Amino acid sequence: MATTHAKSGNSIGRIVLYTLLVFFCIYYLLPLYVMLVNSLKPLSEITAGGMMALPQEWTIAPWLSAWSSAQVGVEATGLRPYFLNSIIMVVPAVALSTIVGALNGYVLTKWPFRGATILFGLLLFGCFIPFQMVLIPMARMLGLMGLAGSVPGLIFVHFVYGIGFSTLYFRNYYAAFPTELVRAAQIDGAGFFRIFWRILLPSSGPIAVVCIIWQFTNIWNDFLFGASFSDFDSQPMTVALNNLVQSSTGVKEYNVHFAGAIMAALPTLLVYIVAGRYFVRGLMAGSVKG
Amino acid sequence: MSISETANPQGSVVDRLRDALPKIVLSPTVAIVAIFVYGFILFTLYLSFTDSRILPSFGWVGWQNYENLFRIRAWDTAVSNLVIFGLLYIIICCALGLLLAILLDQRIRAEGFIRTIYLYPMALSFIVTGVAWKWFLDPGIGIEAVVQGWGWTSFEFDWIKNREMAIYTIVIAAVWQTSGFVMAMFLAGLRGIDSEMMKAAQIDGASTFALYRRIVIPQLRPAFMSAFVVLAHMAIKSYDLVIALTGGGPGTATELPATFMYSYTFTRNQMGIGAASAVIMLMTIAAIIVPYLWSELREKK
Repeated sequence: MATTHAKSGNSIGRIVLYTLLVFFCIYYLLPLYVMLVNSLKPLSEITAGGMMALPQEWTIAPWLSAWSSAQVGVEATGLRPYFLNSIIMVVPAVALSTIVGALNGYVLTKWPFRGATILFGLLLFGCFIPFQMVLIPMARMLGLMGLAGSVPGLIFVHFVYGIGFSTLYFRNYYAAFPTELVRAAQIDGAGFFRIFWRILLPSSGPIAVVCIIWQFTNIWNDFLFGASFSDFDSQPMTVALNNLVQSSTGVKEYNVHFAGAIMAALPTLLVYIVAGRYFVRGLMAGSVKG
Repeated sequence: MSISETANPQGSVVDRLRDALPKIVLSPTVAIVAIFVYGFILFTLYLSFTDSRILPSFGWVGWQNYENLFRIRAWDTAVSNLVIFGLLYIIICCALGLLLAILLDQRIRAEGFIRTIYLYPMALSFIVTGVAWKWFLDPGIGIEAVVQGWGWTSFEFDWIKNREMAIYTIVIAAVWQTSGFVMAMFLAGLRGIDSEMMKAAQIDGASTFALYRRIVIPQLRPAFMSAFVVLAHMAIKSYDLVIALTGGGPGTATELPATFMYSYTFTRNQMGIGAASAVIMLMTIAAIIVPYLWSELREKK
């Protein structure tokens, strides 16, 4: 009696459980669905109140327009040049901050010195400061360096403020790496770089992936630095998308906006789908350490 | 060592260089952090006490910018908006994140797949989220129009155009983006809980609800702490989402400190006041982050 009761209560509980889980799946997927279906229908279907419906007439015209002919700011270039800007910006910034982070993590864990923890704390605090605090002097500094309003300027900024997190990842990862191996190699006469190259780097694959994905997502998705330090021809994708959507002239082409939004989301979304595990690890390491 | 130094001075230079190599490798980072983080903080701090307008200038005005700042209505709005937004954002994200984590922890099928769906918004830019929700919440074409089209013609949902309610639309979009992340943090916490203790309580006849309330949730305290710190600091820095979703409007209804700082510094040419507002943002974040980092790094030792 008691067992059958528990069992039926259990299966009702299971139904409720799965209903809730599916409900929340819909909640998270709905905006993506809305973006996708509305990027594939003519504008008239959206303005007629059919935002939730599948397209009656399927079209890729909004995608073509968003990519190559839509009005972004003052010019009708589409988002293509800005997409390229973002790629040119993101690749060197990610590579540089990851390499420097790996070296920093190596020094901080395997060649510790007095004050290393304090230094690391200061570095870490730099990850969390509101960047409003550095906008004014950075604008001046980029001017002095001759990098104002340029893609190299943005690369530099992202590199500088990316070091903190990449150091955090590699430091925590290398802290668990057996120091005896390093000492043994030292006794065998291996130098600083050889130890790094031959012993630590070969086993750094997972954390390098975590770090690269984190930096890529962050830098690709950045808006504040892009909006503050770029000119019309060096804007990254996020800034261009915002300009596309906010431009007040003419008819609001919602379908083109949605297509543009998906384009801006696609690179990070693809990375997430392919390597989600590493993305989550990066998120967790950035918040709950250890 | 000292013998070889006197005997072979050239070798000693190489030796010393080799000993210093780790520090040499670290030194660019130290220089970068010293200049671009702490130097810049000091620079902005200094500017907040000057009469800077369009460009930095160095005429000392004491606390005047701060006094002016607190007299500006828009700053008042920004701060009270941050309180409303921050509290709701943190509370709803934690509640939803905890609920989802507990649901996912019931040995369900396709857990990995569902988790992926819950967490994907975290991979998007706030600008993309803002654009999607901007039109989704737009009364002309979004939810309101759709529901009216289904026959409920008196249905109204115009929060995004409504001065009183617009700030809540920021909460809606921000919760959608981040709650999956909080779920992941709690789920990691749940997985770390000692299952023996759970079993013992179950044998003692504790109901599932009591089990969670008495045993599980108290053990999630570290996860709660991390979630709070991360969410609070994200709330204070919120900028992109507001710009994309409402642009700070209608009027100044959704102004936050981050948008206030930007517009006063770069479009209204009140750099001194902008710098003062940035300093206040930094102080608020520091009050949350510094104790957290302190305890985390001390534990590590």
